[in-house]
Amino acid sequence: MKRVLRIAIKEFKDYFVSPIAYIVISIFLLVTGWFFFSTFFIFNQASMRGFFSLLPTIFSLVIPAVTMKLFSEEFNVGSYETLATLPVTSGEIVLVKYFAASAFIAVMLVPTVSYPLFISSMGHLDPGPVAGGYLGALLLGGAYASVGLFASSLTGNQIIAFIVGLITCFSLTVIDKMLVFFPGQFLSVIGYLGADYHFRNIARGIIDSRDILYFASLIFISLYGAWLAVDEK
Amino acid sequence: MIQVENLTKYYGDFLAVDRISFEISRGQIVGLLGPNGAGKTSTLRILTGYLSASSGAVTIGGFSIEDDPIKVKRMMGYLPESAPLYHGMLVYDYLLFVAGMRGISKDKALSRIRLLAKMCGLREIMSRSIGELSKGLKQRVGLAHAMMGDPEILVLDEPTSGLDPNQIIEIREIIKQIGKEKTVILSTHILSEAEATCDRVVIINKGKVVADDSADALKQSAGDQCYIHVSLLNSDYESAEGLLGSVPGVLSVERLPEKEGVSLRLLCDTDPDQRGPIYQKIKATDWTLVKFQRETKSLESIFRELTKEHLT
Repeated sequence: MKRVLRIAIKEFKDYFVSPIAYIVISIFLLVTGWFFFSTFFIFNQASMRGFFSLLPTIFSLVIPAVTMKLFSEEFNVGSYETLATLPVTSGEIVLVKYFAASAFIAVMLVPTVSYPLFISSMGHLDPGPVAGGYLGALLLGGAYASVGLFASSLTGNQIIAFIVGLITCFSLTVIDKMLVFFPGQFLSVIGYLGADYHFRNIARGIIDSRDILYFASLIFISLYGAWLAVDEK
Repeated sequence: MIQVENLTKYYGDFLAVDRISFEISRGQIVGLLGPNGAGKTSTLRILTGYLSASSGAVTIGGFSIEDDPIKVKRMMGYLPESAPLYHGMLVYDYLLFVAGMRGISKDKALSRIRLLAKMCGLREIMSRSIGELSKGLKQRVGLAHAMMGDPEILVLDEPTSGLDPNQIIEIREIIKQIGKEKTVILSTHILSEAEATCDRVVIINKGKVVADDSADALKQSAGDQCYIHVSLLNSDYESAEGLLGSVPGVLSVERLPEKEGVSLRLLCDTDPDQRGPIYQKIKATDWTLVKFQRETKSLESIFRELTKEHLT
């Protein structure tokens, strides 16, 4: 267990020794801050809704960039061989890298907590949807991180890992808005697949086990896929 | 310590390792030799649990690599080919990380790192990033990585590649020292290295074991044959080959490239010595003998023979 924790700490630290972490966090804060506050005063409502409705799209761009290096870089440099021959199992490696990426995403969200603090000083902010929104953001970030990790486990090329992750996450974000293109009998199934749909439910402040289950199963399936891909080597 | 039985590895249709079997007992230094693509690295990767075999069994210290990979990995230190390490990390941080992974407590880790730094000559580069090190320096960090856990078995894939001559000698000394108590398997294509450091040499070619013995025994087994180099002027290949090939103890004649005149390599029996009869034959002609040299078979020539036959 101690050993597993060591890799997790190392993976997490790795983000911050390279400029990637700072670039990704800056872009994330700039984009969300700009899009949120550029319309915030027009609506004239003390609400975080604008921010949370942006998140799925921005996450599907930013998170694959966070996760692309996790396995691809190791495969490319060959350091996966040194890691895999240390006394750890491939399942532990997958989990550890996943938790490091999720922790990074949580850290990325921390500065945005200043938004609700700032808004609540100007008007009455309902705490329910804000808490729900952050819980949803963590679940959504965790789910997209698992998808990105899976993409990274498939290839030794970071660009391919990024694009595969981006396409998958973006599809999950927009699929429930594309329902008109699908035949009627599949509508409910495809609607259920949309990550944005479940995220919106939670961000409204309604915590339903179906939504939690959706994210949990997406994470499980992606991590299992990554484990299969890595163990194959 | 290590038992390998009928180990086979396919990459798709390509057969990389073909029913290899050998056994290594504790305290042996074994050199795995073979031309490029012979299956050395694949074999080592299976032994260390990085790749899984298509069929066959590997048992290390009584544990199967398939069933107890963690127990096996704990006993083993591995330096992969060209030492792939984390480029973003500092050497010291990396060694500390490996020490943690090997379950060494923090205060013990420091003295262990200090010892390995001295052994592998890492003192000046402790605070440098691994990515900016030269190949040889990376190789040394890789060696320290492999030896960190004081492993029972040390597996080194081309440990001296990229090192300077002084360092090569130092590393060989380290390997020999470790080999007194521990088991070492190293792969190399430098034959003199295998001869200098290994108790035993396993030559593999096209995924098969073609020789398995000590370097001395291998040379001895080839000792009843030798090569004689003959260079002649005023002669031509056809008549020289015909004449010298007719000596009873000459087993085969091979042409060697030469700018001027004729140059031949004769494979001869050593008992009785064939130099007399060959010289008598040449003396009877009007050819000018400019070179006449006997060469006992070296590990190089044994290696060449064993691996060349299989190429054709």
